Amino acid sequence: MSDPATTFLGLSAPLWQALGLTVKLAAITTLILGIFGLPLAHWLNNSRRRITPFIETLVALPIVLPPTVIGFYLLTAYSPQHPPGSWWQSATGTPLAFSFTGLVIASVFYSLPFAVQPFQAALRGVPNEMLDAATALGTPPRRVFWKVHMPLAWRGIVAGLTLAFAHTLGEFGVVLMIGGSIPGVTKVASIALYDEVQKMSYSTAHSFAAVLLVMAFCLLLIVTLLQRRRQSI
Amino acid sequence: MLRFCLALILSAATAQAGTKVRIAAAANLAQVIEVLATEFQNANPGAITEVTLGASGSLVAQITHGAPFDIFLSADMDYPRALIANDQVHSTSLTPFAIGRLVLWTTNSQIQLTTLEAALTDSRVRHIAIANPDTAPYGRAARETLAKLLLASALRTKIVIGENVSHAAQFVASGNAELGFVALSIVIAPQLENSGQWIEVPAAWHTPLIQGAVITNQGTANPLAGEFLTFLQGSVARKIFARFGYRVPALP
Repeated sequence: MSDPATTFLGLSAPLWQALGLTVKLAAITTLILGIFGLPLAHWLNNSRRRITPFIETLVALPIVLPPTVIGFYLLTAYSPQHPPGSWWQSATGTPLAFSFTGLVIASVFYSLPFAVQPFQAALRGVPNEMLDAATALGTPPRRVFWKVHMPLAWRGIVAGLTLAFAHTLGEFGVVLMIGGSIPGVTKVASIALYDEVQKMSYSTAHSFAAVLLVMAFCLLLIVTLLQRRRQSI
Repeated sequence: MLRFCLALILSAATAQAGTKVRIAAAANLAQVIEVLATEFQNANPGAITEVTLGASGSLVAQITHGAPFDIFLSADMDYPRALIANDQVHSTSLTPFAIGRLVLWTTNSQIQLTTLEAALTDSRVRHIAIANPDTAPYGRAARETLAKLLLASALRTKIVIGENVSHAAQFVASGNAELGFVALSIVIAPQLENSGQWIEVPAAWHTPLIQGAVITNQGTANPLAGEFLTFLQGSVARKIFARFGYRVPALP
């Protein structure tokens, strides 16, 4: 047989490449959601503006929207023949469709509620008295947020980040529509698995699916443990 | 309540048997099948056609796992033959009904389709869409064409893969891929007519896209499946296929 690296755990190098790509996509998406999602969650919790419920609904939309709807709109938006795709093309020189960057943008939209909603719950769970006490001591609001609010809500925030990561691993429909299945660029694990099933190579599909199953289980177990610990405090 | 639901389901099932034909059709037939189905329903009052589209290879996988189709319209002859080898279909029913034509298509006005080679090697071309060669005969034909032109390795990084030939066409229609190898039937369909330009790939450059239909094991019990197969070879269907850019097989 071939060398161990190409058939580790019975899976070929292209499948490991797909898995590596998926983890990279999920990690970058989670990082972006952490940076932008936390302030967004804080703002949604505290804003009393008339527009806030609409923004909150927009954030939640990917939970119920079929991935094909998101995929179709992104495919249209990415087209370099008209804006906004043409703006991106002239600014960066590369098109968005079939690119890793395109997948990251799609994943940020797709996983947004899975990060922001746990963030909101976690931030809301911190008793107001503690924040008021910090403010009364003269701490500026930004400092209260980063030094008091965030550390007290960390479990829920980690749960939100883990959920966003796990949800991006499970992305399929959107990537199918805008990815183009390029190995190492847009061929993520779910697409690679789909291709194996399409080719009717069921034994490969079985081992690959098992790897994904175990990964998903471990990630969700982390979320569950974090939430149980929070309840027991 | 449960009994009522069961009765309802059973009556629905029996009411539809014999009046409905379930068609699994290769994606290149997406537009023409609608016209064919309408004509078939006109010729057989009361008959209902139910169409499922997909890459031929995907449909074969579904049929192998017992998907409820009466007749399978493939983009080639090999996939129906594979089903015959596995005893999944009625072996003597395999019939060629149309011959597909592969074209290179663009919706980008800056790209000149003077020759296939010139268009494919144009530096403005960043992405070339093809159907999945592992499951779609049109994708396989596209890959063979690139190999024939000795461009397969040079263009490897520009190839983007659609799940089936309609999906590859979407990449071109939306402007995300500058070029795509698709079925002529898709680009001359009324929905897309006059969008972009196309150039035909010489038929000798790839395995012929002789498209075969076969009745599944489930379909042998449905007389409409046989009716539809006969209809596919008739003069009405042949005219429709010709209008959508297919060649039609010589009359037996």
